[in-house]
Amino acid sequence: MVLRVLQGVVGLLLLVQASMAGAVLSIEIIGAGENQIPVAIVPFGGDEKIAQAINEVVTGDLQRSGLFRLVDPTGKSPHEPDEVSYPDWQVRGAEALAIGTVATQPNGRIEARFRLLDVVKQTELTGQAVSASEDQIRAIGHRIADLIYEKLTGDRGVFSTRIVYVNRQGKSFRLIVADSDGHNEQVVLAHSEPIMSPAWSPDGSHLAYVSFETGHAVAYVQSLYTSQRMVLADFRGSNSAPAWSPDGKQLAVVLTRDGSSQIYLVRPDGSGLRRITFSGAIDTEPNFSPDGQYLLFTSDRGGSAQVYRMPVEGGSAERMTFDEGSNFSPRHSPDGKSFVFAHLDNGRFYVAVQDFQTGQMSLLTEGGWEKKPSYAPNGKLILFASEARGRGILATVSSDGRVKQHMFTQSGDAREPVWGPYP
Amino acid sequence: MKKLIISIVLVNLLAGCASEPKKEEAAPAPAPKAEAPMAAPAPAQAAAVDPLNDPASILANRSAYYPFDVSVVQDEDKPMVQAHAKYLSEHANRKVRLEGNCDERGSNEYNLGLGQRRADGVNKMLSLGGAGAEQLESVSYGEEKPRCTDHNEACWKQNRRTDLNYAR
Repeated sequence: MVLRVLQGVVGLLLLVQASMAGAVLSIEIIGAGENQIPVAIVPFGGDEKIAQAINEVVTGDLQRSGLFRLVDPTGKSPHEPDEVSYPDWQVRGAEALAIGTVATQPNGRIEARFRLLDVVKQTELTGQAVSASEDQIRAIGHRIADLIYEKLTGDRGVFSTRIVYVNRQGKSFRLIVADSDGHNEQVVLAHSEPIMSPAWSPDGSHLAYVSFETGHAVAYVQSLYTSQRMVLADFRGSNSAPAWSPDGKQLAVVLTRDGSSQIYLVRPDGSGLRRITFSGAIDTEPNFSPDGQYLLFTSDRGGSAQVYRMPVEGGSAERMTFDEGSNFSPRHSPDGKSFVFAHLDNGRFYVAVQDFQTGQMSLLTEGGWEKKPSYAPNGKLILFASEARGRGILATVSSDGRVKQHMFTQSGDAREPVWGPYP
Repeated sequence: MKKLIISIVLVNLLAGCASEPKKEEAAPAPAPKAEAPMAAPAPAQAAAVDPLNDPASILANRSAYYPFDVSVVQDEDKPMVQAHAKYLSEHANRKVRLEGNCDERGSNEYNLGLGQRRADGVNKMLSLGGAGAEQLESVSYGEEKPRCTDHNEACWKQNRRTDLNYAR
């Protein structure tokens, strides 16, 4: 039984041109949240150029979430609470108003002081000073957007988080870490041989990934701070699909050293290897539950690729997906109540979610080449690899299926994205 | 028997070349021609031309193809794999890398496992045919190195294969 969660996705299509230099050329937003909160963001006072840069990030973040309607502030520019005339904003339909100022401090850091005001109750919802070095202006914008998002929706914001993905251009592969909006990209590894399966350590300090640079699939763990790299597994055949346990003390990894692809546990330095599946089938794509007790994984032990669950310490596996077609790449939601996966039916890949308790599967997308979904740490958005205009792109969908965005990187195909943890 | 071999070669030529993008290196390149015949008058082993280098030999065919989500060597490719097994058993110094590949219908990781299973299947058949374990290495590229990148069966069937790559 497939429940389609696609209502409200038609209509509204916005084109947000990212004007800052960076990897993402454009972002398309499709759909809108059920109840968009009308909010006005007044460009901050102070250095106009810096204020404008911050304003672009804040409004871009809020708009992409699909949960806000941005009220045009043209003609009014209060920066302090006593400059605010609430009726002006009530007339424009705004329920919340963000104002503030930016200044460069003596030590060169940029500080933004901002306040979020409730236009209806005429009260201050929050006020905060956010500072960062001069080259981190976007980080200030993301932090302010997070604070606005949290105050107005009650959920923690994910605008300050990062994502990782692989960019493929011909025979050139680059492992890239970027801000959640695709900007500020950093190349972690570049090679002419494939790179795949990046995985964030729970604290965001390390990436595990698979590289073919030695001629076969080898799993590595690399520090994002020092770039120091360790071999996680390099046995004969393929070493792949690394997944961190929530405490970061071990990883699940898939090896073919004893025959077909089977799941093993291993410490981040490659020691303490222990096999935990014994199926003779392809067992792959392990993912730990948030409590660290279970693994979801993909297996074709029943004939077609399906999602299974088993205790981390070993034991019998329980089949989780039964729908027609096949299912891949399962990942737990942050609250552990459901999992997201790639559903393949009739030659089309869909992003699907399934509730553990009811066993109910829902499709969140219309289908296409949509692979490798992963949750944002607040569970409200899902990042996945998609395709548009003949290119591999990054895409997100809200967990209710209502809002989608397509992020077009500058060139090449974006593949294998994974949303990182909270900073 | 000869007819069979010719038809296999034809099938593979067709499959390999149908709509191959130019950027990719020509698939199973007919290995360089035999050593210069003018060189030293070979005494006893005058006939020691390496059959691997004979473009007319079944050994010139170095890819096995598969249906979707299948990893066993298909009947039509068995004579080719068996011929390589015989060759390897007679040339213990030669080494071959078996590279499994898949079409894009699956997750990258699942396809890595499937490609490995395809390569391992050829590996096993070569072993049974007399090749030594130290002559064989199986690896998988999953869907990471497609020969053809369109989303259709004409393309996919070229990508579902195991290549036998001899070390030089």
